[in-house]
Amino acid sequence: MRTVELSAPIVEAQGKGRRIVAIAVVAAGLLALPSLAEVSGNQAFTSLATRMLIFGIAAASLNLVLGYGGLVSFGHAAFFGIGGYTVGIIAQASQSGGLVLGVFPPTNQFLVVLLLAIVVSGVAAAIIGALSLRTSGVQFIMITLAFAQMVFFLFVSLKVYGGSDGMSIRSPGVFLDLNLRDRNTMYYIVLIAAGAVAFLYWRIVHSRFGRALIGLRQSERRMAAMGVPAYRYRLVAFVISGMGVGLAGALMATFMRYVSPDMLAWTGSGELMIMIILGGVGTLAGPFVGAALLVLLESWLSSWTEDWQLGVGLILLVVVLFTHGGLRGLYMQLAGKSR
Amino acid sequence: MTLFLEQLLNGLQYGVMLFLLAAGLTLIFGIMGIINLTHGSIYMIGAYAGTYVANLTGSFYLGFPAALAAVGLTGVAVEFLVVRRLYQRDHLDQVLATFALILIFNQLVTLIFGRPPLYATTPAILDGSVEVLPGLFYPLYRMAIIGVGLLVAFGLYVIIHKTRLGMLVRAGATNREMVRALGVDIRLLYTAVFGLGALLAGLAGFMAGPVLAVQVGMGEQILITTFVVVVVGGVGSIRGAFFASLLIGVVDTLMQAYLPGLFRQIVIGPDADALGAGLSSMGIYVLMAIVLLIRPGGLFIAHG
Repeated sequence: MRTVELSAPIVEAQGKGRRIVAIAVVAAGLLALPSLAEVSGNQAFTSLATRMLIFGIAAASLNLVLGYGGLVSFGHAAFFGIGGYTVGIIAQASQSGGLVLGVFPPTNQFLVVLLLAIVVSGVAAAIIGALSLRTSGVQFIMITLAFAQMVFFLFVSLKVYGGSDGMSIRSPGVFLDLNLRDRNTMYYIVLIAAGAVAFLYWRIVHSRFGRALIGLRQSERRMAAMGVPAYRYRLVAFVISGMGVGLAGALMATFMRYVSPDMLAWTGSGELMIMIILGGVGTLAGPFVGAALLVLLESWLSSWTEDWQLGVGLILLVVVLFTHGGLRGLYMQLAGKSR
Repeated sequence: MTLFLEQLLNGLQYGVMLFLLAAGLTLIFGIMGIINLTHGSIYMIGAYAGTYVANLTGSFYLGFPAALAAVGLTGVAVEFLVVRRLYQRDHLDQVLATFALILIFNQLVTLIFGRPPLYATTPAILDGSVEVLPGLFYPLYRMAIIGVGLLVAFGLYVIIHKTRLGMLVRAGATNREMVRALGVDIRLLYTAVFGLGALLAGLAGFMAGPVLAVQVGMGEQILITTFVVVVVGGVGSIRGAFFASLLIGVVDTLMQAYLPGLFRQIVIGPDADALGAGLSSMGIYVLMAIVLLIRPGGLFIAHG
């Protein structure tokens, strides 16, 4: 069981100066990353960093309901895939000159497509959330998984959109005069999106809404007594979270120029959870750190051995069983002993 | 009509298979409060160990002790090393720790047995068909699976309703804290329940060998369906697991068999088959969602 962080505001005030310096250093590092990668001859690292940031957005979004809201959703891969497929379906119509779903005229404006992906994921999250949130505990975990499986099988069966093979996106869309095929351009777009998302979640968590959400995790009964409508608050958080994951899916589809039901696989939901627990549940930076770690770990282990899953599994097991709160928890444990 | 009855029997066979897994899973969750994703891996290990020994020795029956020994050892090891640390944790930690075990077991099995699937052969005595009804021939092996499954169900019923262990299991599913307060060695009960669940899963895995392919990933497929069964039946309820298994088994099989055909008549074009197949795979999840929305605790609620 996780402890209540009552002392959070005090710790924040103490560490505020240090935190600003840390954020500035990280931001500078992220901004300079493509140049550094080019200078050192590791241009592929920029692509890897882009993937890290995209998964970071997804994990941070899931963390809003999972870490702060205490709702263990095992179906967020659904929104990742829905975001991705929105991009793919619009691009397909745009290339063939047809209509989207036979009704809407397509667009090749990158920002419009991104916005649509967020809206569509939000609608899906509203539907899935409204039904799932009527249950709790293990039933909630399983019903979110069930909905994700439904979406998975739906897209597997839709031959128009490539079925189980998926479909490639030939044109990544138009955005100002930028070349979205360029790896550095895409990196900076994703970086801006990640920054915006992180800022948004920071605002949400420290708002009245965020406090109420955290309160609901700690004691639903107490919050109900205070007049907080649990269902509505959780649903709003679920929808925001779904939109965030949808954005990540749309960015991934644009970046890879490919969507397939793999994005919807239930193991994807598991991986998002792994990222959160690696970095630390219920923290703002944790999911980004965890996403970076997992992407790095997977790419490093898979270049070294075919059996990389064994390594990931063992590390995950050790982290879950022996550290309380991921690497951040480990750090706190080591640092906190002297305190 | 004969075709329909045959599909019904297929559904029944799939259903009893699901029951072997769901019985353990629902007890582990109901009594120990553990979400155990490893159950699918144990099913896979049973299939691999049993099939390997059966192929090696040429005797199908030697596969049974091998499968049961392998899953028994794995089950006890998992309970002792990992699950025991998870009782006091929240659902998230349980899901992630057992998810890690899935990754580990899948990779270990790949390392030991290689990537290509193992081929299991039906024992000679069960090869062939039996005429169930006039004009309806059904594979003997599948009939045997149904028989073993129903036998296990009956055995579990006797254990749970007529023995002291069963009494503790029922009490544990109703009120865990009270059982502990009354001085029952709950740890021993936990190990017994986990071990029993593992044995049933391993049995199911080995018997599934000749019907399905023995390959890495077989566990996850059936695991998710088993969770649907457990949730639909009501967590912690063996009776619920039994009826939900048969329901899900039959519904899934019938939808897979008839929905594509139905779609071919409604939807015109080459996509009808794929669409029908996809939608029939969605069927059980839709069923689960409907059940949960009407009865959030499942059809048979064991907890008070």
